[in-house]
Amino acid sequence: MKESLRHIWSLGLKEIMGIGRDPLLIVLIIYSFSMSVYITAKAAPDAIDHAAIAVVDEDQSTLSKRITDAFMPPLFLKPVLLSRADIDHALDRGKYTFVVVFPPDFQEKVLANNDPEVQVNVDATRMAQAFTGNGYIQSIILKEVQDFVKESTAAPPVTYTAQALIRNRFNPNLTKSWESAMSQLINNIAMIALILTGAALIRERERGTLEHLMVTPVNPVEIMIAKVWSMSLVVLVATGISLMWVVHGILQVPLAGSFWLFMFAVMINLFAMTSLGIFLACFARDMPQLGILMILVLMPMNILSGGTTSQESMPELIQYIMLFAPTTYFVDFSDAILFRGADLTLIWKTFLGMTLLGCGYFLIALSRFRKMVAG
Amino acid sequence: MAEKPDTLPEEMPVVRMQELSLHYGKTVGIDRLTLEIPSRKLIGLIGPDGVGKSTLLSLVTGAHIMQSGSLEVLGGDMRDADHRNLICPKIAYMPQGLGKNLYFTLTVEENLQFFARLFGQGAEERRRRIDRLTRSTGLYKFLNRPAGKLSGGMKQKLGLCCSLIHDPDLLVLDEPTTGVDPLARRQFWDLIDSIKVEQPKLSVIVATAYMDEAQRFDWLIAMDDGHILDTGTPEALLTKTGCANLDDAFIRLLPEEKRAGHHELIVPPLAADDQISIEAEGLTKRFGDFTAVDHVSFKIRRGEIFGFLGSNGCGKTTTMRMLTGLQPATEGTARLFGEPIDGKSLETRKHLGYMTQLFSLYNELTVRQNLELYARLYDIPEEKVASSVDEMLSRFELNGVADRLPGQLPLGIKQRMSLAAAVIHHPEILILDEPTSGVDPVARDSFWELIIELSRRDHVTVFITTHFMNEAARCDRISLMHAGRSLACDTPEALMKARQAETLEDAFIGYLVDTDSGAAEAAEAAAVSTGDAVQTPPAKPDWFRENLFDFGRFYTCFWRELLELRRDKIRTTLALFGALLLMIVIGYGINMDVEDIDYAVLDHDQSELSQDYLLNISGSRYFRQRPPVSGHGDLDRRMKSGELQLVVEVPPSFSKDVQRGAEPQVAFWVNGSDPSTAETINGYIKGLHAKWQQSYNRKQSSPVQIGSVSVENRYRYNPDVRSLPAMVPAVIPLLLMMIPAVLAALSVVREKELGSIINLYVTPVRRAEFLLGKQTPYILFAFASSLLLILMAVFLFDVPVKGSLPLLLCTLLVYCILSTGMGMLCSSVTRSQIAVIFLAMIATLLPASQLCGLTNPVPNDGSIASVIGNIYPTTYMLLISRGVFNKGLWVADLIGPSLILAAEIVVVSGLGILLQRKQER
Repeated sequence: MKESLRHIWSLGLKEIMGIGRDPLLIVLIIYSFSMSVYITAKAAPDAIDHAAIAVVDEDQSTLSKRITDAFMPPLFLKPVLLSRADIDHALDRGKYTFVVVFPPDFQEKVLANNDPEVQVNVDATRMAQAFTGNGYIQSIILKEVQDFVKESTAAPPVTYTAQALIRNRFNPNLTKSWESAMSQLINNIAMIALILTGAALIRERERGTLEHLMVTPVNPVEIMIAKVWSMSLVVLVATGISLMWVVHGILQVPLAGSFWLFMFAVMINLFAMTSLGIFLACFARDMPQLGILMILVLMPMNILSGGTTSQESMPELIQYIMLFAPTTYFVDFSDAILFRGADLTLIWKTFLGMTLLGCGYFLIALSRFRKMVAG
Repeated sequence: MAEKPDTLPEEMPVVRMQELSLHYGKTVGIDRLTLEIPSRKLIGLIGPDGVGKSTLLSLVTGAHIMQSGSLEVLGGDMRDADHRNLICPKIAYMPQGLGKNLYFTLTVEENLQFFARLFGQGAEERRRRIDRLTRSTGLYKFLNRPAGKLSGGMKQKLGLCCSLIHDPDLLVLDEPTTGVDPLARRQFWDLIDSIKVEQPKLSVIVATAYMDEAQRFDWLIAMDDGHILDTGTPEALLTKTGCANLDDAFIRLLPEEKRAGHHELIVPPLAADDQISIEAEGLTKRFGDFTAVDHVSFKIRRGEIFGFLGSNGCGKTTTMRMLTGLQPATEGTARLFGEPIDGKSLETRKHLGYMTQLFSLYNELTVRQNLELYARLYDIPEEKVASSVDEMLSRFELNGVADRLPGQLPLGIKQRMSLAAAVIHHPEILILDEPTSGVDPVARDSFWELIIELSRRDHVTVFITTHFMNEAARCDRISLMHAGRSLACDTPEALMKARQAETLEDAFIGYLVDTDSGAAEAAEAAAVSTGDAVQTPPAKPDWFRENLFDFGRFYTCFWRELLELRRDKIRTTLALFGALLLMIVIGYGINMDVEDIDYAVLDHDQSELSQDYLLNISGSRYFRQRPPVSGHGDLDRRMKSGELQLVVEVPPSFSKDVQRGAEPQVAFWVNGSDPSTAETINGYIKGLHAKWQQSYNRKQSSPVQIGSVSVENRYRYNPDVRSLPAMVPAVIPLLLMMIPAVLAALSVVREKELGSIINLYVTPVRRAEFLLGKQTPYILFAFASSLLLILMAVFLFDVPVKGSLPLLLCTLLVYCILSTGMGMLCSSVTRSQIAVIFLAMIATLLPASQLCGLTNPVPNDGSIASVIGNIYPTTYMLLISRGVFNKGLWVADLIGPSLILAAEIVVVSGLGILLQRKQER
């Protein structure tokens, strides 16, 4: 037992020194945890952020102009006036996401309680903007119409209304960069953990050092645990630094929950991811094959684990499949801990699931690895 | 172009250098060499490993870029690119390493075809030349065998054939016989001799570490430490040093301090010890049909040095792997100290030291760190680790290099270090697999001194394989292996006596010739006359082909890459269908619709009106109601755990306040941790609230004007606002960027790592021909994959192509060229496969999925993200793909982005070609 621990410790140190001696790897790791996170966070505009909008005003009334003026930055760019004939062309070119059309006699009909119809054309290929923007446009039109009516009638009417007070918890201004910084960090954790372990194993196999280890009194479990702990530690430290300096420091994302609880979650996630990396490397015969395998695993994981779009609206089959992806739990976690400030009592189920999954991955990878070293 | 003489006049030196130096960082490769090499001779470049022989040869062939000094080869300056291009077809270069310039998955025929095509030979001429060369080398019957499955000797012969395919004036061979058995070596030199007879104009420069081979050269250059020790005919060198053989002569030529410590090696007799330490009985290993080791038996006594002699691939390594327990035997038994070998037993491993054929210690650790690591792995107690390591460092004379990385050390020192790592735990059995190949005579002798000491003083049983006959002669007993069988096993003297041979080499060759295959190969090589040299009719001058781009060579590179890809079934399958798989996953999985939002209510009012208000929400298809919230604590907990996305809190006296016009506030608590979902929820809430308000007011049928308006939404291009029609056209460009880029990038860097990139450096192929040739198969694969993606979009996902299909196809083809071009660009700045995978992924995944408008439009605010987004090709392909699929656009609408894409090809491919090197740096 004592000897085993010593083997694991020495082999793990060797892995870390190996990374230390490869300047390119270090540069890429640093890039992934700094620039990459930063650029992505900065690239994510708030869902409605200077949306391009055009107006076709066939009424040219006070009301239609008043509504047009209400589409203002920062939500919208200053509306461009179009003629009805230009609508299709403009939308085809992708110049505007929204085109609002006021019919002739719009104002008159409003005042006559005639229920005129304002048409909002939405470029629905821009999914993210389409829904949200539409809600905003609708409420702006209604508000302006009501205010207009109030002001233009001599006796202010009695309106029976309530106010909807929307409070966005955990991220009051819905700053998108918070979320995108985190999801990029999560994606990079997955990518780096996979590449580091997978490629290091293939390299050891190609250079013959792995075979050499097998004639020393070291068994495969020790080799694997050594790789898992060392690579996990490297990524863990990088993640911690990235979270505190880049995400919290430079990008000013407030962290609601416990940093250490989050790090613990990262650790368990890495345990699963590095095991997966070893598993893939056992399958791949060479680097090109490993490369493609990694793409085939990483891409769906990034897209489907809930970081990009919410998992609830995916088909059930995919939700079930994604239960086997460590990132699914991890995305849940980081949201809960970092943004919502949840503690372990609220999310222990997710924790348990992820730990079990990690153990499963480790055991499967170990059995593949054993077969591989046995030739 | 000025007419240059076709061949050099006899008296002119083939190579002339002055003050030629080359440094690798701080390490000296060669140092101010001044030398003239006579033409039309067989020149030997002799000297230990790592003294600059390979460096010199790579400069002479133009493979490595020059640093300082001057160098003329075949009558022209090697700094002049025009001259290099001119003489490139006249030089043939066979780099060091078994088959380094060959492609192992290709057959013998295909390898030869590749090189013949690169030199622009016609089909008939290629056939004639290939047949002639392979008949004379005995490779003819193996034409259809993959190069990777040839034995070491045959690989070297094939390498030679590939070099000779175009009748060079200068043939440069870098250690052509290292790792080749004596018979194959003899045949190889006979072949060179016959070629030399046939083509008297040919100059041959050979680097070798085998001094016994040097005897047959016309003229020798002895090198050490980047300097030239001496030059002259072998006889002249022998006379000058007064030695009987070149091995000794070389040692004599070395400076005093290097010779110090070298002395005649004497093997003391083996003390009688009858304890058997290794025993094999009928040991057999089969891989499928192939029998690698065929009933091998031997008994080795304690302290004995037992030699295994044979060519590469004769089963030596497999036998050793069975002895170490790395591989289980198919049949037969092997015992160590009377115990059967158990691969899983960690205990036996402690008694065993093993040194593999390749250097298999860690290049990223220093010598000392490597030894420390192995000391710990062999369970040497921590307090003794330092002393054990120190003992090894001084015993194996490694103190001077203890803190250096092995990668920078000469092979001889690396081998000493490997031996140190193998004996650090004082094993009783030492298994050494070709420990001295490629090591110079002095280093080899000192290595053997250590082995003899281990055997005689420490009574370690040594099991060793070697190619060197003088080393074999030092063993107590040797076993001659061929094709998996042991031909004979006895003391060296007894073997020589049995064959009545003067040397061990003759004895071995005698045994080999007795076996069928050896005899047949030898006979064939001897029998086939080499025939007349075929003269190439000079090709018609073609300015474009000579100066810019040769389609023949481009096609050759293309053809070769395609062949290799076709052999790799897994890579092909993934390249073609990987994107489809991802498309299915993403197509079904990605969903921007926000539905089934879990919400709960906290109704403080509990009135009819509040019920009415809440009904408005529960009736919406977007929301899914959960049990009501009991209070603020409950609200907080359930939102934090992620159970609820939204809580609607209706204030007390809501109903009363509405009616008296006090405008009560309904609070909506939204989970904002996922801002885009939250945005959508905000939008929904606003819409629902407004709707309720209007309908409520209408129900009151108040006589006053309230101003009514209805807003009608028209979701264009995607009336049902489903995610699929929006996502599918967008995902196609994303998938077509990443996979092709990674594959194309790896195809080049793989050649760099495996060494066959040398063909770019030393054959007439241009960078553009080479790179575009390699790129084209990946373009075709990517394009085929894009066709499949379109079919899948239309038939599986029901997303019809509404606009111009031809435009879509054309731009997709352009896009595939771009994505593979991105890969080529990545490959130009990297050397290792691990780095290029990293780089290609970072350079494609992040920009294509985040910055190019896949989910959010490309910003225009001058930030880094917007700059990348506006340059990156995926942005424009997305516009086109969405335009054609969703918007039903035609060529006229999309001409702008299409032209931008086309223009980017020039930039991406141009940069990729320019940044790639035609010479090694």
